[in-house]
Amino acid sequence: MNGQTFEHEADVGVRGCGATLAEAFAGAASAMTAVICDPAAVVPRAPVEVDCSAPDAELLLLDWLNALVFEMATRRMLFSRFDVIVEAAADGVVLRARAWGEAVDVARHQPAAEVKGASFCELKVERQTDGQWLAQCVVDV
Amino acid sequence: MDTSRLKRRGPCAWELPATGRMRVPGVIFASKELVQEMDDKVAEQVANVASLPGIVDASYAMPDAHWGYGFPIGGVAAFDADEGGVVSAGGVGFDISCGVRTLHTGLKEADLRAVQKPLADLLFARIPAGVGSTGALHLSAAEMDAMLRGGARWAVKAGYGSEADLTHIEEHGCVTGADPAAVSDMAKKRQRDEMGTLGSGNHYLEVQVMDEVFDAVAARAYGLAVGDVVVSIHCGSRGLGHQIGTDFLREMVVAASQAGIALPDRELACAPIKSALGQRYLGAMRAGINCALANRQILTHLAREAFAALLPGARLPLLYDVSHNTCKEETHTSADGHKRRLFVHRKGATRAFGPGHAELPPAFGKVGQPVLIGGSMGTASWILAGAAGAEERAFGSACHGAGRAMSRNAALRRWHGRDVVDELAAKGILIRSPSFRGVAEEAPLAYKDVAEVVEAADRAGLARRVARLRPLICIKG
Repeated sequence: MNGQTFEHEADVGVRGCGATLAEAFAGAASAMTAVICDPAAVVPRAPVEVDCSAPDAELLLLDWLNALVFEMATRRMLFSRFDVIVEAAADGVVLRARAWGEAVDVARHQPAAEVKGASFCELKVERQTDGQWLAQCVVDV
Repeated sequence: MDTSRLKRRGPCAWELPATGRMRVPGVIFASKELVQEMDDKVAEQVANVASLPGIVDASYAMPDAHWGYGFPIGGVAAFDADEGGVVSAGGVGFDISCGVRTLHTGLKEADLRAVQKPLADLLFARIPAGVGSTGALHLSAAEMDAMLRGGARWAVKAGYGSEADLTHIEEHGCVTGADPAAVSDMAKKRQRDEMGTLGSGNHYLEVQVMDEVFDAVAARAYGLAVGDVVVSIHCGSRGLGHQIGTDFLREMVVAASQAGIALPDRELACAPIKSALGQRYLGAMRAGINCALANRQILTHLAREAFAALLPGARLPLLYDVSHNTCKEETHTSADGHKRRLFVHRKGATRAFGPGHAELPPAFGKVGQPVLIGGSMGTASWILAGAAGAEERAFGSACHGAGRAMSRNAALRRWHGRDVVDELAAKGILIRSPSFRGVAEEAPLAYKDVAEVVEAADRAGLARRVARLRPLICIKG
């Protein structure tokens, strides 16, 4: 997984890294699943399409994670695989993605806490000096 | 926290002088030990809030303050609309009107011990809790709007509880000015199946016994005596409130950027109270408050049904219901002696009106508002009373809980949920949760000691300690 969580006093940070912006966004989404449960326990059985657009890459990350929060909440699903495309657009950036997952199975997934939303706290999308992309923020649990 | 730039105002009050962009000073209510333990980020966030337009008197932090987003958790700030004051989605947070309500049971500890295990099992079966859980109630679009306008008042009309409950809820169970049209379809969709659900994380339903009294007069006014069993419910506005927070945080950040307003922290996203966006947020946020009040009212009904099934004749009248993530329009006298209408943000802070306040039910008029403070599972919760003069100190506000002592990841590395459940059972506390991982993350020692926090609130003159509650059963999401 190209994603990991990081410490925040009250909540949890999620961070994705990758050779492309899309990989970093997929990693951040995997990290968000890790906040809830073990992503390895979530079988990528069914896809859900997600489309977002935003004026910049940081707002796009926020919109992407919040779209997943919405899909998890309303479909009662968890996701473990993310096929993501990020492209420049005339008025910003757009994301098209397929999130793969399955219905929540409490006994098997042991979900610890739902994510309420992705916040602007520690929100950062940037290319590192080694050329890798980083995408991160704190999520409210 | 580096205390060298703080001026001590009293035994439990510290001033952060106004410098740079700060329009008013910051004031942190805490003992020396608590303020030293606070992260430097708390002072930074208190200072950032102090820089917002229209802020009145000071940017306050309660004794349980810790690093939040934009506002510190435990932050209190009031704004005057006539002075360009703002309303901040970040100053309320995602879980709008998250709060605590406590119910009497009329039982003593021995009565409860006789049915403790079957009651724990029945409550766990009846109270929808945890990720993915749904309630039995599914609202149509019209019913959703009626609920968002009516709050607990709507829930009582729908058969959940009684009129008597409403007098023991802030704003009598229904905040006026809610605007369902300002709530997005996504927010309503998130709520469609979540009415009467507890949620997860630090939310709970606990059966507790009162084990010590600190203020006998106030305890009597609240109808409490040592050995009494009560039920406390901690939860909020569920998916609807979370989505309102998400929607308006983004909109306010983009609007601020387009208007050329440089926010010291994007999470302080705000809009002038007298703007269309500010008014729309207030309408949506008030709908979120009503959703939380309705949700706690439905959960109360479910708890009453469970008790009645095992203890025929048991009645569970409401002691009080408080919210701790809100922005409310209230009348206060500011430090310049003027009485004015202010928009008081309490982010992880409880309203704590003192004796004589017109908002209080007659029975509490002489002792002040009950202030319900949640602990962690396995450790004590507290009932405080709004102190005389509290309105002059922090617009009638006090702390709300303990705050985490370690991150969720650290707790998960340190404890196994099964062990935590077994250890607490050996101490006579029954935990019921769908997730052992959730129990590990919420282990008692993952939270700070709330006793120190409430003692500081008492010494600071925010709220007086009345009683301590020890858990017997805890239903965790």
